[in-house]
Amino acid sequence: MDFSGLGIPFAALPSPLDARRAPVGSGQLVPACRLAREQGARLAALWTSDERDRGAGFLLRVALADRDGYVVLEQSLPDLPDVRFADVSAVYPEANRMQRAAFDLVGVAFDADDQRPWTWMAAWPIDRYPLRRDFEASPAWQPGQEEYEFVRVDGEGVHEIPVGPVHAGIIEPGHFRFQIVGEKVLRLEERLSWVHKGVEKRFESMPITEGHRLAGRVSGDSTVAYAWAYAQALEAIAGEPPPPRAAWLRALALERERIANHLGDLGYLGNDGGFAFGLSQFSRLKESLLRTNASLFGHRLAMDYVVPGGVARDVDAATLRALDGECAALARELTTLRGIYDEHDGLQDRFRACGRATPELARALGLCGLAGRASGQAHDLRRDRPVAPYDTLDVRVAGRTDGDVAARVAVRFDEVAESLRLVREIAAALPDGGVRTALPEVPAYRTGLGGVEGWRGPVLVALDSGPGGTIRRCHPHDPSWANWPVLEHAVIGNIVPDFPLINKSFNLSYSGHDL
Amino acid sequence: MTAAGILSQFLQAGLALALAPLLVGWVAMCRAWLANRSAPPITLPYRTIRKLFAKDAVVAHNASPIFRLTPYVVFGAMVCSAAIIPSLATEVPFAAAADAIALVGLFALARVFIALAAMDIGTAFGSLGARREMFVGFLAEPALLMVLFTASLISGSTSLPSIVDTLAHRELAIYPSLAFSGVAFTMVSLAENARIPVDNPATHLELTMIHEAMLLEYSARHLALLEWASALKLLNYSCIGLALFFPFGIAGGDGDWGAIALAVPALVAKLGAGGFALALIETVSAKMRIFRAPAFLGPAFLLAVLAMLVHLLLGS
Repeated sequence: MDFSGLGIPFAALPSPLDARRAPVGSGQLVPACRLAREQGARLAALWTSDERDRGAGFLLRVALADRDGYVVLEQSLPDLPDVRFADVSAVYPEANRMQRAAFDLVGVAFDADDQRPWTWMAAWPIDRYPLRRDFEASPAWQPGQEEYEFVRVDGEGVHEIPVGPVHAGIIEPGHFRFQIVGEKVLRLEERLSWVHKGVEKRFESMPITEGHRLAGRVSGDSTVAYAWAYAQALEAIAGEPPPPRAAWLRALALERERIANHLGDLGYLGNDGGFAFGLSQFSRLKESLLRTNASLFGHRLAMDYVVPGGVARDVDAATLRALDGECAALARELTTLRGIYDEHDGLQDRFRACGRATPELARALGLCGLAGRASGQAHDLRRDRPVAPYDTLDVRVAGRTDGDVAARVAVRFDEVAESLRLVREIAAALPDGGVRTALPEVPAYRTGLGGVEGWRGPVLVALDSGPGGTIRRCHPHDPSWANWPVLEHAVIGNIVPDFPLINKSFNLSYSGHDL
Repeated sequence: MTAAGILSQFLQAGLALALAPLLVGWVAMCRAWLANRSAPPITLPYRTIRKLFAKDAVVAHNASPIFRLTPYVVFGAMVCSAAIIPSLATEVPFAAAADAIALVGLFALARVFIALAAMDIGTAFGSLGARREMFVGFLAEPALLMVLFTASLISGSTSLPSIVDTLAHRELAIYPSLAFSGVAFTMVSLAENARIPVDNPATHLELTMIHEAMLLEYSARHLALLEWASALKLLNYSCIGLALFFPFGIAGGDGDWGAIALAVPALVAKLGAGGFALALIETVSAKMRIFRAPAFLGPAFLLAVLAMLVHLLLGS
């Protein structure tokens, strides 16, 4: 990105991702975003923080990504009534919910048309903002009833179907408001935030060297990605990279997390198409993979395996030697199962042309990660901003352009195959040495940025250190922020009973998004 | 009307009530085996029904009497059907009251009530399910009628016992018309019993449900009756299919006690094989999009018509 036309200077930002910070004055934010968008940059994250205790008012940060790396635009607003940030969603539509969530948590509005709450669900008084530093929760607060204004569609024969947040199956809570005519979906509107847990607030009461454990629980299916991204941010602030063997072991855990999640999704995609055989086969493969994980990492999901400074323990040597055989066997089974999926008429009929997000739509709305790669957005942090060991592994990025359920299934199959190859390469070339270094004392008032390509997409963690080894502010950013709104568009024109399949093909995180 | 006839009549209805949950359990068991899973106990449907009967019913405030009445109407309709289908013996005294067309009418009665009850509460899912159920029903019913008409033409009567009597005691030969009808009937049965590929009885996804969506508001004894009624419906369809296309082992109308005694294990064995075949079909198929249902049931109707034409033109 080049902001020289606007006279915006860059400063270095500790991060392994070639990140820079760019303080922008009032009035410069939207032009800078517009210029960045013209240069091909995507919105990576948007968050605000309360800096009044340091006399800096409220701080908005907008992380943008392009082929040169990340740029974090920073704008401060004084603590005065009626000041507002400019509307980033005018340039990046996916910023809409991030801005609304930022307002609910920090209390500085954006100058946007859509001022509905997003994270606020009447669990606390509407004029209190949990991420302000003077926020005190009171046990006397009674949960209220929030009236959310859904956009209605009028017309003859148009019905509204509310679905959730409590579902018939054991899944995370999300509310989906359909406007339908017959079986055809005219409009879908999501209402999320039901599992808001105050994660960002909780970070602020933790020692900075313990935060990786909470980060690893932001979205349990991406625990390695989050913990690694957190560790990257912290290690960048501390100036101490992990030992080589630890970096390789982190990649091993990350690739196995990706394989496990893709296997689970492939099974459930078959099951949602009424093909229960797929679920039982893929569940079997996933289970055996998780059991190997348990002996490799000491935890089936490798939770708490990535720690600041390295990894929690070295892997079991015998299990490591057996990985090659496990991967080869898994690859063979996958080839068979992929053949069954590909040649099953009934299943392909459900998958093809279903829930299409065209590449144009994907680009316009910033679809990222796995779903993005199925819609022609060939971005992958492992290749675009490789940290060790990906700089030597030469990751082949999967890609499709159809953008339908079939494309997202195909990308999953391709990525599992590639991850199996990576696991074998990592196991073969694992460097010797220690797996953990002690971090030096973490300097106060620094910002670090970490980013890891999780199985769902890029996971970002922005970390501000406080004095005395505390966390001042931590914003974990899930790829689901950008992808949830695209799901609303992908469903339009499809029939109602296809929604669960389309939703599953995206498989977005509720927990990671609601925080 | 003989004593054996009366006995077989009550035996048949009682057996249907007792066996229906077992058939559902058996199909679930086969499905689990075919998917390499360890199966739930075959008695699970009985336990579910017992559990549901022991619970307190919850009924929506705005429920009309139709909502409360429906489980009894549907269950009653299924028991009546079970009584008139000659599954054990062709001497079925009650069958004089209703012929093949009335049987389709009984199924239609159950369908109308359950669809009305589903819309009664006014929830989105109930109405959605009712709409889909009627959509599937109006495609399946004509095909079912055509299948029964073909069988009636062969025997010259719409009375179920005479149809089965004729079919059971004909010479052993391949009847092309029956082959076509058999395929048509299988397709109709899958649709009517909410099985894959038309509906998925095992799904928890509200938005994709057809039959289950209509039961979402029911609980306790109402739900138990409806679950039992669906099991009975599956059994009834199986029994119709077995009586029309595999009538071997069904006792004749001459009051032969031994034949009736033999008919019971024969029926159980045939149901076992049929249940396995159903599980097999469900395992290898995916659920189709709802608007593919016409493409599935249209051919069923065509095959049934073809069967009739074959019978009329070739006389076989």
